[in-house]
Amino acid sequence: MPQALPGGRLAQGLLIAAAVGCFTILVLLAAGAPPLAALGHIALGALGSWSKFSHVLKAWIPLVLCACGLLFTFRVNLWNIGVEGQVLAGAICASAVLRSETAAAAPPLAIALALAAAAGGGAMWAAIAGMLRTRGGGNEIFAGLGMNFVAQGGVLWLIFGPWRRPGVASMSGTEPFATVLWLPQIAGLRVSPVGLALALLAVASTIVLLQRTRLGLRLRAVGGNPQAALLFGLRTEPWMMTAMGFSGGYAGLAGGLQAADVYHRLIPSISSNYGYMALLVVMLSAYRAVPVPAVALFFAALAMGSIQLPMVLQIDSSLSGVIQGAMVLAVLAAGAWRARLKAPGRGGGDD
Amino acid sequence: MTDLPLTMLLAGVVAGAAPIVLAALGETLSEKAGLINLSLDGTILLAAMTAFVAALASGSVAAGFLAGGLVGTAVALVVGLFAIAWRQSQVAVGFVLTLMTRDLAYFVGNPYSNQPGPSAPPLPLPWLSELPGLGPVLFRHSAPVYLSLALIPLLWFALFHTRWGLRLRAVGENPAAAFARGFYPSRVQLVCLALGGLMVGLAGAAFSLAAKPGWGRPQGCEGTGWIALALVIFGGWHPVRAAAGAYLFAFLQVIGIHLQQWLPAVPSQVFQVAPFPLMIFTLLLVNLLQRKRAGGMSDSPLRRALRLLTGDPPAALGRPLQRDG
Repeated sequence: MPQALPGGRLAQGLLIAAAVGCFTILVLLAAGAPPLAALGHIALGALGSWSKFSHVLKAWIPLVLCACGLLFTFRVNLWNIGVEGQVLAGAICASAVLRSETAAAAPPLAIALALAAAAGGGAMWAAIAGMLRTRGGGNEIFAGLGMNFVAQGGVLWLIFGPWRRPGVASMSGTEPFATVLWLPQIAGLRVSPVGLALALLAVASTIVLLQRTRLGLRLRAVGGNPQAALLFGLRTEPWMMTAMGFSGGYAGLAGGLQAADVYHRLIPSISSNYGYMALLVVMLSAYRAVPVPAVALFFAALAMGSIQLPMVLQIDSSLSGVIQGAMVLAVLAAGAWRARLKAPGRGGGDD
Repeated sequence: MTDLPLTMLLAGVVAGAAPIVLAALGETLSEKAGLINLSLDGTILLAAMTAFVAALASGSVAAGFLAGGLVGTAVALVVGLFAIAWRQSQVAVGFVLTLMTRDLAYFVGNPYSNQPGPSAPPLPLPWLSELPGLGPVLFRHSAPVYLSLALIPLLWFALFHTRWGLRLRAVGENPAAAFARGFYPSRVQLVCLALGGLMVGLAGAAFSLAAKPGWGRPQGCEGTGWIALALVIFGGWHPVRAAAGAYLFAFLQVIGIHLQQWLPAVPSQVFQVAPFPLMIFTLLLVNLLQRKRAGGMSDSPLRRALRLLTGDPPAALGRPLQRDG
């Protein structure tokens, strides 16, 4: 099982924050950028106005959805790196529904159908990776990566091939969907209530499913000790596939919302790397569901806040990824340190 | 050029595969000792950026390779710190590092994007390059390509025919027994990880200073680290097979460029992405067919041939050490 990270200790948290802060400042100095101005601009870019905060919320929705899904696969000890491809598969399926000629006839139905198709497509994409692992004996990390590459190729093929814009095909994506098919948005916030509701629903359902049902218990048993689970009559394979299905379903829904709500079309970078970022979110949440919304909000703020860095300071926006990675590493180090303190001389986690 | 297209094609494959060969060999070394360095994809990018910037600043390609190698070693040592000293999940640490080093490369390398810079000059070997057929394919390249060619037999020999190789394989198979036999698994692993990281770093330098000269976002080597990782695993942890896979991948990439000219209707982006899934699924398929044979079915010649292509992982791969000095 993944190791639990230290929780609730203010001193430890401050130490981690200080370490990450020092590292970030060093990186900024190395790049020749003014550290305080850069961090200030990130904060302003994320929280400076309601409109900026609405962009943070827009990123928060797919992050939370993907992270909730990943909690299921981590329960059975699977590394669902294919989450990125599952987001893309969801976006493709939603786009296919919304592009159809009949979709504009009944918009609410079409949108519901599109999101259902997105979840189904993501789950199917995950199931293929899961099958490659359980039946093919392949490693789920590489099966997932392969499926990511396929999904990315599929998106590009659709945008430059069958779904290309009349006239010139370009990286800007397909023709936008009919405006009646765009999700309604909260006035002044430019965020769809549907997306927000689905994200909150995902958190609630994940907490309930993993902590209050037999499903959660079984997944935990299969992930914690497959041999013992087998002795208790739990076959690992169906439960692994179930976890993959949930994970892919949530990720596909995230992709569907990206297409239906955020971009209103299919673009090559529709996933915006939220799948990979969600893996970091889950690790920083100590593989637990409760901290996920807060951690995801923080990561979304970092990512959105740094988007304006190239314009105001002429530095690359990938700074946010560096900070996020440093945070997860620092928390991992703190976890190791705590394990060492607990068991002097013997070291911590066994497996 | 009077060269036959085939010779040119093969020479292109040998040159294009060089960085992937280096990365796959480096990863083979650390995985043979039982440690997965999952950070390959980001490490290659960070090393590529550092190598390009160092070469640009110093005007020396050699300094660039040195810097790239050092970066690769440094990232590998971070993996070692977390995985060996602190007993954290190797997959978790490696994955975080792969994302973080990638972003670090883009961030720090941003001011150096799309600048003209030095690249490794071609060094035709005096007598060998005149060999008919073989000469143009193998012996008219730059130094990193020769390095990749030389390291394949060298690593094979070191792993399977020296005491050092025997010891590191023992650590990868059964660290407890190796400890009982009198050497420290953690030290052996750390050395292999650092050496492997050095090769991965050189692979990055070989991208930005030879195979795809220059720096930018994207650089053009994104994704190859994952391919190298897959090659090691599905090549059965054997340096020669992993290298063979790297040449197959480079061949797919070169063929893609040619197919693009013949099939203008298919968007070029598809050809750039296609080798990646194609390669991974070829590897998965080989693995799958080989598994089926283990079920006790009759041995067909195809399956016997496939068995030559795959192998078993070091028994203790990815597991944290229990105890040692």
